[in-house]
Amino acid sequence: MSSAESRQPIAAGFWGDTGKTGIGSWIFSTDHKRIGLLYLYSVTGFFLVGVILGLLIRLELMAPGKTIVDAPTYNALFTVHGVVMIFLFIIPGIPASFGNLVMPIQIGARDVAFPRLNLFSWWLYAIGAVVVLTSLFTGGGAPDTGWTFYVPFSARTGTNVSLAVFGVFILGFSSILTGVNFVTTIHRLRAEGMSWGRLPLFTWSLYATAWVQILATPIIAITLVLVIAERVLGAGLFDPGRGGDPIMFQHLFWIYSHPAVYIMILPAMGVISDIIPVFSRKPIFGYKMIAASSIGIAAAGSLVWGHHMYTSGMSDTAIMVFSFLTFIVAIPSAIKVFNWVSTLYKGSISLEAPMLFALSFVLLFSIGGLSGLILGAAATDIHVHDTHFVVGHFHYVMFGGTGFAFFAAAHYWLPKFFGRRYKEKPAIVGWALMFVGFNILYWTMQVLGMHGMPRRYYDYLPEFAPLNFVATVGSWILAVGLIVMLVNLVKGLKSGEPIGENPWGGATLEWQIATPPPTENFEEDPVVTRGPYDFKGVVKP
Amino acid sequence: MSHEHKDNVGAKLGMWLFLFTELLLFGGLFILYSVYLSRYPHEFTLAGKELNVVFGATNTVVLLTSSLFAAMAVTSIKRGEKKTTLSLLVATLACAATFMVIKYFEWTAKFHHGIYPGSPKLTAGPPGESVFFSLYYITTGLHGIHVLIGGALLAWIGSKVQSGRIHAGDNVTLENGTLYWHLVDLVWIFIFPLYYLIL
Repeated sequence: MSSAESRQPIAAGFWGDTGKTGIGSWIFSTDHKRIGLLYLYSVTGFFLVGVILGLLIRLELMAPGKTIVDAPTYNALFTVHGVVMIFLFIIPGIPASFGNLVMPIQIGARDVAFPRLNLFSWWLYAIGAVVVLTSLFTGGGAPDTGWTFYVPFSARTGTNVSLAVFGVFILGFSSILTGVNFVTTIHRLRAEGMSWGRLPLFTWSLYATAWVQILATPIIAITLVLVIAERVLGAGLFDPGRGGDPIMFQHLFWIYSHPAVYIMILPAMGVISDIIPVFSRKPIFGYKMIAASSIGIAAAGSLVWGHHMYTSGMSDTAIMVFSFLTFIVAIPSAIKVFNWVSTLYKGSISLEAPMLFALSFVLLFSIGGLSGLILGAAATDIHVHDTHFVVGHFHYVMFGGTGFAFFAAAHYWLPKFFGRRYKEKPAIVGWALMFVGFNILYWTMQVLGMHGMPRRYYDYLPEFAPLNFVATVGSWILAVGLIVMLVNLVKGLKSGEPIGENPWGGATLEWQIATPPPTENFEEDPVVTRGPYDFKGVVKP
Repeated sequence: MSHEHKDNVGAKLGMWLFLFTELLLFGGLFILYSVYLSRYPHEFTLAGKELNVVFGATNTVVLLTSSLFAAMAVTSIKRGEKKTTLSLLVATLACAATFMVIKYFEWTAKFHHGIYPGSPKLTAGPPGESVFFSLYYITTGLHGIHVLIGGALLAWIGSKVQSGRIHAGDNVTLENGTLYWHLVDLVWIFIFPLYYLIL
């Protein structure tokens, strides 16, 4: 950490107060903040890899026919884009990075319940990532199945599916152990006075997420083991020629992978619930309902996996039940949106970077959520199933939702841990470019899907050409915005203006300690006497 | 980092949560079992008859006994009887080894009859039979891996008892290790009737 000198005059905090330096003091550290930053750097790195792959996909689709790559490469591109973005960025994204950084401080703890297990989780993540990356360049080449690894193709393709799937299996264990750690931490390590009714909503959302991680992830683990068994042993459990049933793979896959989208979105909702009251200078509206709706989403979201399979072959009764349950999940999500909007009402709103990202989350997530209902209703889903509408919907909730929340969290919390802040103006320019580029890209995709353009196709009819061109241009604007935002953020955190303890006027515990936080967070164990959004007496500098 | 505030309740809570994930891991296989049983009741019954009930029953007794030893090891460490604890752990490991040896004979006997996943005999046979044996090998194989992991865990814990780092005043690691061992036992208690008895 040679940059430590140039970081003066801010205090050393956890960056230097143990006196240990060098890479070993990071990759073998059990400090939740250092592990959180390890995750942050890793997931951001993979996010950028995924972005580049996504831009290449868009470039290929810019015009009909071959544009830059051949068809097999295109198949590998969208598969690896999906695998990297889902398993290496967005699932560990907010919970493992910002969850680790912030959650123990928010509940007044010195660390998580199992610090060494926490480090082990990161190592598992790193090993899983290396295995996945190795699978791209060895054996039969990068997987070309799509990130869903559907049989029978995944059981038969000559590409390196087994190794990629094994990497994802390892990543699953990393996720499970983080979940176990967080549930135990939130149950056991809350400071005196930190009752369940005083937990910050970000922590509440992590609690719900951790339960989904614990209860859903084992199912994907066994499913992936079975895919390997199909390929290596010829088990035939999903092979109709041998008495197996490929639909069973889809059920098992989605029993995890639908709840997994709540692993992705719940922590994002928690970030927004923490940011909106601070930048409105108002207590959150409907604290209890927001907290309960996180649990509600986690519970109801575990029962809706069948809505991915309306066209796969299920009984009409099953389709109606899954469709009904899908609409039920929309209720707690809408409760959150209405409560955020009510919090804004008559608030003293300041439109700084974190707030802009948070507000665009509310809009983009709402668009994505409503288009999700079109997919959740069986009748309309048949029309748009496996079209670009699904791709557009998914990116609205995952990128417009979780992605923008990730950036909101970065602009909100990272200055606290680096002791310095970014420049406001470039942050807003970056945000504006991303917001505009995002909507051009993904709104166009939804329209394309409505017109019948299938997803994952290498080539398309000439009538889709103009809109595909527009979408690709949107992806460039989005990328430029992303670069502006990241450069400004990194520069600011390295050498920006030093900040005090509480630059935003937050009332949760992380804003009441030194900046950057010392290694064990608190000088002495805190006693909590007020709620997380009680701004009385909290001064914004 | 200071680890002086040891939270035994927290450690056990974490272990129980992890055990739930293990149950769910096997849960996926039990779902497949129930779906395919309802689809191929006849083939499952015929194929199930080929499993050796004597091997299965012996292994059930062996595993239950090992769990008893493991539970006794927890009681004895709490009384501070280091030697008894160690011999009970060795007895548990001996049972685990016996289980694996019996499993080995059971599997190899099947292999000699041409029954293994993807074998020509199963491929030519009725589809339900192939599904049954693939599930059988994957389920008992995964369980066998858990026996090995549990055994390694208990051996590591035994070395900590030996060196005195686990003792009467601090034994939550031993307790968690035996909890894991009981899980291995519990899963087998479901596998045994489903594959060997009810068909």
